[in-house]
Amino acid sequence: MTDVILEARDLKKYYPVTKGLLQRTIGWVRAVDGISFTIERGKTLSLVGESGAGKTTVAKAVLLLEKLTSGSILFEGKDIYRFSKSQLKMEYRPRVQSVQQNPWSSMNPRMRVRDIIAEPLVVNTKRTKEEIRSRVLEILDQVGLAPNQVDYYPHEFSGGQRQRIAVARALALNPDLIVLDEPVSALDVSIRAQIMNLLKDLQDQYNLSYLVIAHNLATVRFMSHTVAIMYLGEIVEFGEAEELFTRPLHPYTRALISASMLTLPEDEDKGVEKIILSGEMPSPLNPPPGCRFHTRCVEATDKCSKDVPEVREIGQQRVKCHLYADPSVRSAVSKGPDAGPAGK
Amino acid sequence: MLSIMPNIEDKTRPRISGLSRGARILRGLSLVIPATVLALMFLTAIFADLAWIGLPDVGLSPYHPNDQVLKERRLPPAFIEGGSTEHLLGTDNLGRDVLSRVIHGARVSLSVSLLVIFITATIGTILGITAGYLGGRIEGFIMRVVDVALSFPGLILALLLATIIGPGYMTVVIALSALGWAGYARLTRGESLRIRQSDFVAQARVNGASTSRIMLRHIFPNVLNSLIVIMTLAVGMMILAESMLSYLGIGISAPTASWGSMVADGRNDLDRAWWISTFPGIAIGAVVMSGNFLGDWIRDKMDPRLRQL
Repeated sequence: MTDVILEARDLKKYYPVTKGLLQRTIGWVRAVDGISFTIERGKTLSLVGESGAGKTTVAKAVLLLEKLTSGSILFEGKDIYRFSKSQLKMEYRPRVQSVQQNPWSSMNPRMRVRDIIAEPLVVNTKRTKEEIRSRVLEILDQVGLAPNQVDYYPHEFSGGQRQRIAVARALALNPDLIVLDEPVSALDVSIRAQIMNLLKDLQDQYNLSYLVIAHNLATVRFMSHTVAIMYLGEIVEFGEAEELFTRPLHPYTRALISASMLTLPEDEDKGVEKIILSGEMPSPLNPPPGCRFHTRCVEATDKCSKDVPEVREIGQQRVKCHLYADPSVRSAVSKGPDAGPAGK
Repeated sequence: MLSIMPNIEDKTRPRISGLSRGARILRGLSLVIPATVLALMFLTAIFADLAWIGLPDVGLSPYHPNDQVLKERRLPPAFIEGGSTEHLLGTDNLGRDVLSRVIHGARVSLSVSLLVIFITATIGTILGITAGYLGGRIEGFIMRVVDVALSFPGLILALLLATIIGPGYMTVVIALSALGWAGYARLTRGESLRIRQSDFVAQARVNGASTSRIMLRHIFPNVLNSLIVIMTLAVGMMILAESMLSYLGIGISAPTASWGSMVADGRNDLDRAWWISTFPGIAIGAVVMSGNFLGDWIRDKMDPRLRQL
């Protein structure tokens, strides 16, 4: 019934910290520390978190730009780290594409749009020049660019147009999964909606799956089916997008949502207060004991600094927090629609 | 839209390039003059005589460059007192026609520098991009060799080569190429290191592009800018290096004319016959400067981002 296209199991990425002449390893930066998720075909999963939470490392691991310390990534049930070189080239690379954050640096300034979009085709297929040419024009049309723009260089376009070119390049091979690393965060707010709508339309049309890396909650809410909130290399909350935004469980999720919302004058009258997190994310070199979030959590108790919370399922959501250890709290939360401060 | 703002359209048209009229004329001249100078130099070198199609007596050069007329030594050029139109640029200390020697010298000087630049830039760029992109042990090895090449005294190597294979044209080319590639390798490796980090290279890897494709299609075109600048600067350096070697007797041996050896020959007569070394010197200066200007122009033209400036 559920058609899982990508499954990540217990991903870990530790970077060694070395010191001295002999490059002794004195510690490990735990950029990603035990993350699991699944992406269903035709659906969007968003990874959300502050910078340093490890979300980009996950994206790089999926794109095989970064080697994992441990864990496995299954693409249609097959471990991508066990693929041979030729299998990768045949079965994985052409089917998993990406759109990067910065449309000003993700394209070779010396290539024309025609060649930029054609590159995945040239590298991965044995099509003739004529076939490639017509395919390029076809995709260009789909992302809303004019055919006479193929001979321009990337610098001759605006940011939004460039991001369309990047999307076109990702689409060229008819992939199944596209990794979108902050696809709209470099763009003007007025352009963002256009690109997001384009991505959603393409998803519907081709049954594409997206792995979105983002920090902007409005983007995430608009684009995702499921959302994973990351903090310091861990997923602290996971759930369906609408549920998670209307009933955030983890204090960190609540803080993020609260901080991202506009405070209207009437809210202030009602006494709705923003949760402002103090301080910065602790260093992943030395993650705090117990719950990693306890140093900044408004609801932290003694227990939080000692015991690592377990992941608990509440309805469709999964949350890693001691607040929900008590079964009565759990059932109260799953019944009450207005548990979170940001609930509508 | 045009009908709404016709005046603005008209006013902006002459300045569409973003430069004032005077600046654009200067810019145009900075292409036309050096291109003309270089073209003339090359044509002169080619048509100095037509021996290469079997007509040794036809050509631009009025005399044979090595014909000595000892009675007519140190004749001044035609435009100063005592000169005659027989020898437009005068004669040297052995009574050879300076103009003919400058014309023939262009062959040696230009061909040596172009050949050396071609060889060194090719080797250096291949090694530099390989080192910069692949990294690791390959990079370590290549860059240590580069360090050795850069620290090795070029003159001693040239002397060594001259002793082994004897002085001559190829000795100069080999001596200048043997160490010259290292500079290109260092430059292109640095650039490759920078470009390797860029998002579009990561994107190419995601697409599954092979290492050689990334080096050729993504790194090399982006290295080209700096490469061209260095190559054009090298034109002058190579002409000077060739003349130095020829002066030391390692390079082009007498009586064959090269600009460098002519400057060297004339230095003893600078007080009484300045023209002997001045005219080949002017030729060197003209080629070097034209090369630099043309290099700048090519660089601007090749960089798509600067094309509209």
